[in-house]
Amino acid sequence: MGNVPSAVKHCLSYQQLLREHLWIGDSVAGALDPAQETSQLSGFPEYVKIVEVGPRDGLQNEKVIVPTDIKIEFINQLSQTGLSVIEVTSFVSSRWVPQMADHTEVMKGIHQYPGVRYPVLTPNLQGFHRAVAAGATEISVFGAASESFSKKNINCSIEESMEKFEEVVKSARHMNIPARGYVSCALGCPYEGNITPQKVTEVSKRLYGMGCYEISLGDTIGVGTPGSMKRMLESVMKEIPPSALAVHCHDTYGQALANILMALQMGINVVDSAVSGLGGCPYAKGASGNVATEDLIYMLNGLGLNTGVNLYKVMEAGDFICKAVNKTTNSKVAQASFNA
Amino acid sequence: MATMRKVLPRRLVGLASLRAVSTSSVGTFPKRVKIVEVGARDGLQNEKNIVSTSTKIKLIDMLSEAGLPVIEATSFVSPKWVPQVAAGAKEVTVFGAASELFTKKNTNCSIDESLQRSDEILRAARAAGIPVRGYVSCVLGCPYEGKISPAKVAEVTKKMYSMGCYEISLGDTIGVGTPGIMKDMLSAVMHEVPVAALAVHCHDTYGQALANTLMALQMGVSVVDSSVAGLGGCPYAQGASGNLATEDLVYMLSGLGIHTGVNLQKLLEAGTFICQALNRKTSSKVAQATCKL
Repeated sequence: MGNVPSAVKHCLSYQQLLREHLWIGDSVAGALDPAQETSQLSGFPEYVKIVEVGPRDGLQNEKVIVPTDIKIEFINQLSQTGLSVIEVTSFVSSRWVPQMADHTEVMKGIHQYPGVRYPVLTPNLQGFHRAVAAGATEISVFGAASESFSKKNINCSIEESMEKFEEVVKSARHMNIPARGYVSCALGCPYEGNITPQKVTEVSKRLYGMGCYEISLGDTIGVGTPGSMKRMLESVMKEIPPSALAVHCHDTYGQALANILMALQMGINVVDSAVSGLGGCPYAKGASGNVATEDLIYMLNGLGLNTGVNLYKVMEAGDFICKAVNKTTNSKVAQASFNA
Repeated sequence: MATMRKVLPRRLVGLASLRAVSTSSVGTFPKRVKIVEVGARDGLQNEKNIVSTSTKIKLIDMLSEAGLPVIEATSFVSPKWVPQVAAGAKEVTVFGAASELFTKKNTNCSIDESLQRSDEILRAARAAGIPVRGYVSCVLGCPYEGKISPAKVAEVTKKMYSMGCYEISLGDTIGVGTPGIMKDMLSAVMHEVPVAALAVHCHDTYGQALANTLMALQMGVSVVDSSVAGLGGCPYAQGASGNLATEDLVYMLSGLGIHTGVNLQKLLEAGTFICQALNRKTSSKVAQATCKL
């Protein structure tokens, strides 16, 4: 397109462009006051909470086993970006998930910054107690909207898994520990194919009813499109208030940001993502996994939505972890910025 | 020297604005979308490796087999376009930009001068009965000027339309746009030009292309440019990606129940073919995923 080589030398650097387009200023480290969520009346931009799942969901799907000290440093860096929720690890048997074998060391080793929350996955009571002993103050349980997926992944039916989670969530509530619920395969299953919105609603309602404060609806294999996202949310939102819902989109088919946009339009204010788009897809060899936090922030900033997160600092953390696992970032924003 | 704009105050519209689109049109999409495949032109033009003419022809054949209704194969139109017509060109493209600096750097003239040149081409094309498509670059941002006002995009687009372009493709040349900015730009343009004559050409440099395209569809746009395998990098950001991948676009449209006439399987084959010829990996996520559902 024209005389590009000489023209390029004179163009604005991407740092300048990002500043202009994203109104990047200094972020406030730590969580925003939840009262600000209702502050649209006073004219401030609405707040979208980003739940950073890179250290858990991301690393869990990376082949290279990351040393404990690297994980700790990674999480400490993320804690200084303005992110208010960072999922640290999973208290699951190391036989199933070797990457998370160092869960106790990581949980004990990270610096818990004020205003940042550090949930951990606890699939059962044993995991829950270990998590609490290691200093966890928030937990998550992982259900699925697909019987086949539930059986293959956690070796029990949906009903059986709900009974287990009920024990965990009850114990957590007893100790004033908030519990988050995840519903996998919300827009499709690698074994069953299509998943009905009604099934997703049923499982979500169960988790919400047992006391989970928030339900994260996961497009586990990234097959969803904005239409299926809309239909699924319409169904779930009949039973659960949108303020208690989050979306967790995988970018396996490049649909994540479009699906997230639709979710925002439907009234969802909480979005899960992973820095650098860490984590592949265990069901599609070579495919990408989580939506990249950097690309999500870029879109939210451009939409004038407040996240409290500093994009540059997130990109630095992304750069750190990519070097550590020896892979190129999956974030397009990072690719465009670091090479400019 | 490019002037640095002052940092603007945050847009206060945010989610409320998004949801206004939601209640009125989130469920209403065009029933059919025409995909304009630009891989053989815009895509290959911005690839480092060169392919032979026979490879290019094979690619175009495979794209045609895949059902794509429009496949751009012509190269840049120079002011001396008559030879192209003599050579049998059935359609002609004129290029403009919504940025003075971009136009100056790229074609060494002002926007007005470039529109005058386009006008000459259009007159001759109309006389010869040849349809002309217009492109407007930098509609959501410029590598030199930074922010671009929607009013400027509307002005340039209106001129091209009134000169006789049957369709104008609005290009986010450096992929900096986000859905809210896309919405604002299209709102301004649609005041001047009917939406049926508009297309969007989103670059995926910052991963925003599909979300921006979704917004455009919600606004009523039904023509989308894309490039098989996401061919073509970005000349302004080394290493960054360029065009929206046709496979990923088709995947979304198909999921939305929108008719495109494109066979995704055959399209994937065309993508595999050209990536092998170029010795590069595909930029299409759909192509990368081998999950069978």
